[in-house]
This record gives sequence, C-alpha cells and structure tokens, in this order.
Amino acid sequence: MGVDNRKMAFWAFIGSECLLFGSLIATYLVYKGRSLVGPYPHEILNIPFTSFSTFDLLMSSLAMVLALAAVQRGDMKQGKLWLLVTALLGLVFLGGQFWEFSNFLHEGLGLTTNLFGSTFYVLTGTHGAHVTVGVIWLLTLWIQAVRGKLGPKQALTVEITGLYWHFVDVVWIVIFTVVYLIQ
Amino acid sequence: MSEHGAGAAGAAGAAGAAHATTGTYLRIAAILVMITLIEVGVFYVPAFQSVLVPLLLVLSAVKFTLVVMFYMHLKFDNRFFAFLFGGPLLLALVVVVSLLLIFYGAVRLRTGM
Repeated sequence: MGVDNRKMAFWAFIGSECLLFGSLIATYLVYKGRSLVGPYPHEILNIPFTSFSTFDLLMSSLAMVLALAAVQRGDMKQGKLWLLVTALLGLVFLGGQFWEFSNFLHEGLGLTTNLFGSTFYVLTGTHGAHVTVGVIWLLTLWIQAVRGKLGPKQALTVEITGLYWHFVDVVWIVIFTVVYLIQ
Repeated sequence: MSEHGAGAAGAAGAAGAAHATTGTYLRIAAILVMITLIEVGVFYVPAFQSVLVPLLLVLSAVKFTLVVMFYMHLKFDNRFFAFLFGGPLLLALVVVVSLLLIFYGAVRLRTGM
C-alpha cells in the first residue's frame, strides 16, 4: 500500500482512543443531569477560564504543525523553538486543569460527591493524563533536538508526536462543547 | 526505522508540505479561534438558547474536522489512514447514540413518560 508501518500503527492506536473517549463521553451524557446532590455543573463550571484553556490548546496545535514544518525543511532552530512552545502551552493547560480541579474540590465537588463529579473527573482527568503524556513526549523530543539528535531524517517521529498532540486537541474540542457549553 | 520507511516518510512529509503551507496553518488557527469565540458568544446570548445544542455541535464538528484534515494532514495523506481513523470514530458515535437511546428508553419505560 506504500504506507509507513509506524504511521499506520499510530492511526490504528488513535482509532482505539476514539472508542475510549467515546465511551467516557457517552457515560458522561447518560448521567448528565442525574445528580441528586450538588454542586451542579452550572454552579461551578467557569466558561471564561475554560475558553482560555481551549484557546491555549488550539495554539499548541498550531505550534506543533509549525514545529513539524520546520523539522521537515531542516530548520532545527525553529523546530526546537516550536517544540518547546508546544510543550509549554501543554503545561499551561495542565496548570489550568490543576487550578480548576483544586477549585472544584474547594467548592465541595469530589470524585464521589455525585454523578456529575464522578463522570466529570474521569473524563477530563483521562484527557489530562493524555496531555501529560504528550508534554513528556514533546519535552523528550526537544531534549533530543537540543542534543542534535533530531533532524529532518526523524521528521516522521515528530509527525507521529504531532498526530498524538492534535488528537488530544480534538478530544478537548468535543469535551469543551459537550461538558462545558451544553449544560 | 528501515531505509524504505524513512524514504516513504520523507516523501509523505514533502507531499504534506506542498499542500499545507505555514500560511494555511495560520489561517486554520485563525478560523479555529473565531469559531471558539462564536461558540462562547452564542452560549451567553439568550436568543440562541433554542438552537444552542445543534449550533454548538455543528461548530464543534467544524473545528474537529479542520484539525483532523489540516493539522493531522488527513486531507493530504493516504486514504487508508482516513479509514483507520474514520471507522472507529463512526463506531464511537454509534456507541454514544446507542447508549443514550438505551438509557433514555429505559427511563421512559420505567417512568411511563
């Protein structure tokens, strides 16, 4: 078929991730509005703050494609810069999620408080775990680039990292709509 | 990676670069930000409350498609990758809709509403 085996395997992995997040989103939707005690979503979800997190993740996706384009044309100075920017934007997102979770805990919403808490933390926490893996992966690539071990010949490695990162972004696009905006 | 694999990757990368330029990536980013602003905007406007859910779902689907097509290069890549991604995505959608129908069907049967 003329397709790269690593890329094919990674697309298959992303396909399986669709099913994982699909089942978590379905669980969230099924239990939506069925909490018997508060806090309820409309009482604690902070839309302006989450909008900023969404913007941050969208910009990290832009930085990721710019990193890949730079590595493909052999401009490693730009490649290193955009890889670092992507990882830092990922860290900003994770910081925001940590702040949000801390706030919710302070407001009385724990993992076992109600159905909203259980489904919300499992869904967004699983996504956050994926972002964490992505940030570690990006920083590893950046360190390799700084050491001069990443060049145009390793463009496929950067492309696969990008596929993972963009997938994390598209999952957040769905979560932002389903969890935060459709209350 | 094998020599063949590296060559194929390089060719794919070159093809991708030929189709999607930095300008394209920046335009896509601007569109994504604008759609996000529209999403948040309609959330706060009472006039949109009656059509809020379908409107937000459509806007979200547009953002999803733009990222997958342009940033993940599915528009320019081998169609087999689209099959590998689209198949499970479709299945996931079927799972979500089926679970909702089963759950709300059961609730209706139990409550008689």
